[in-house]
Amino acid sequence: MSTFALLGAIEIGLVFSLVALGVFLSFRVLNFPDLTVDGSFPLGAAVAATLIVSGVNPWLATLIAMAAGAAAGLVTAFLNVRFNILHLLASILTMIALYSINLRIMGRPNVALLQQETVLTPFYGLGLAQAEVKPIFLGVLLILVVLILWRFLVSDFGLAMRATGANPRMARAQGIATSGQIYSGMALSNALVALAGAMFAQTNGFADVTSGVGTIVVGLAAVILGETLFRSRAMLIVLAACVIGSILYRVALALALNTPALGLQASDLQLVTAILVILALVLPGVRNPIKALIRGGKQ
Amino acid sequence: MSFISKAHRGLPAIGAVAAVCLTAGWAVAQEDATVAVSAIVEHPALDAARDGILDVLTENGYVEGENLEFIYQTAQGNPATAAQIARQFVGQNPSVLVPISTPSAQAMASATQEHPIVFTAVTDPIGAQLIVNADEPGGNITGLSDMSPLADHLDLIKEFLPDASAIGVPYNPGEANAVTLVTTLTEMAPEWGLTIVEAAAPRSADVLGAAQSLVGQVDAIYVPTDNTIVSALEAVLSVGQDSGVPVFSGDTDSVERGAVATVGFDYYQIGRQTGEIVLQVLGGEHPSTIPVTIASGSDLFVNPAAAEAMGIEVPQAVLDRATVIVE
Repeated sequence: MSTFALLGAIEIGLVFSLVALGVFLSFRVLNFPDLTVDGSFPLGAAVAATLIVSGVNPWLATLIAMAAGAAAGLVTAFLNVRFNILHLLASILTMIALYSINLRIMGRPNVALLQQETVLTPFYGLGLAQAEVKPIFLGVLLILVVLILWRFLVSDFGLAMRATGANPRMARAQGIATSGQIYSGMALSNALVALAGAMFAQTNGFADVTSGVGTIVVGLAAVILGETLFRSRAMLIVLAACVIGSILYRVALALALNTPALGLQASDLQLVTAILVILALVLPGVRNPIKALIRGGKQ
Repeated sequence: MSFISKAHRGLPAIGAVAAVCLTAGWAVAQEDATVAVSAIVEHPALDAARDGILDVLTENGYVEGENLEFIYQTAQGNPATAAQIARQFVGQNPSVLVPISTPSAQAMASATQEHPIVFTAVTDPIGAQLIVNADEPGGNITGLSDMSPLADHLDLIKEFLPDASAIGVPYNPGEANAVTLVTTLTEMAPEWGLTIVEAAAPRSADVLGAAQSLVGQVDAIYVPTDNTIVSALEAVLSVGQDSGVPVFSGDTDSVERGAVATVGFDYYQIGRQTGEIVLQVLGGEHPSTIPVTIASGSDLFVNPAAAEAMGIEVPQAVLDRATVIVE
């Protein structure tokens, strides 16, 4: 694999690690299977791109995109908490509604940013190639996001959120307002996913209404891959694992497509994606027998 | 069908350059070239465009596996994958990058400011911010727009149905190319004394319902070059046959599948015209100096059996003019 392809895989992996962190919050911390992300990713892209095109400062546009994502998360949480709609169904409803809403926001299916100023523009003039600036910028952003998320999850509020996901009845018995925790967790999760969408639009020069397809699969694959490779209870490592999992997923995809020996065709892409996710899901189970073998050998 | 004569008719300048390339190509062995093609999705029309590009290269002395490395990948509908493919391609340092469709072209344009890009099947390259000016693209990007000859299409419908006042257009509001076409059609229609009735179908499963919703409101249905609608064309055709509302199309392939008639190009021709631009770049021309052209083609395709099934007569003038009469 060329340096450029590797940098590209890292860059897109970093963008989608924001999705992975959001999915980690909903699926793992809150135990809330949330498919809203397939809508909130293009929502973030749509809001950021539309605002940037109409002359809003790109940083402000990115923040507003995150707020829009948070609102989408709140809608799903509201449908679930207030009306008792099954979480999966509630999130699917929000997701399909967002398709139309995203089209409304952009006014058309595709908004181009290729010639617009983005949050990255000031860094392009510093002597590095664009292909290097993007992953470095995103890397710094991700370090900040992971550190903030880590401080949050080990704070009292964050612990209450984790308790809500782990055992809601026990959490309520401890005086935690669990529905409030679901609202804030879902808002935070989808704000991160919308941030990913906003960054995708700005690093790739366009927001397209179809870009949400399969976001959840990619996010979940990254979370599971990270968990498989880094078994830890330390929250900071768990969060970092999401980021690394996301990058590894992209690198694996690039390698699979780039290795002629595998005999893969362009049309095999979705199959490769599915197999990568299955491998990530199955590997934890496979690892244990290997460990057992090693241990058995030692005895 | 002779494509070479069409290329000359539509694009004399490119035809001439191609002829020069051709002679040069046979005189000296071509240098090794890498052409990397990326499409957003698998689709008969987009695949035909890819085949057209490869055929033109082969005819001009670039033989795959010998002096030509022809790489092809599709994003299977996912723009994030398109972005990754773009970066992977740039890393392979190809002679020319050929993105097919708007999102693929945008992903490619953001991945490199140096490698030459020849886009194709992009309806509105200026709106997509790929280029600023069609005559002098500047930068590293040029290509071919597949904007339909909409005026010709409205003329043709009026020739079949002089009294028509409303045309129904099913389209996917999520597809950039289709929205451009519908917006333009709506602006143009009053000049022909027509109104456009839109019917949205976000997925191919919605196409049947969208077509049915038009029955009773319109005198004819026009299927634009919209990937979603074209992939479910049979649904529109069955509605046309059941209700006697004739279905016209924006591309010639659809006439072969059962639409009444159209004027224009098929995507194999688009691929061939794109291939000619790729040849220019391989021959050493810089993309910034190659004007962005609109795909040309004036083939009149008519399907008399389809017209009969939908209860209209094919005017004799149309039959006389037709380039291809589908049996």
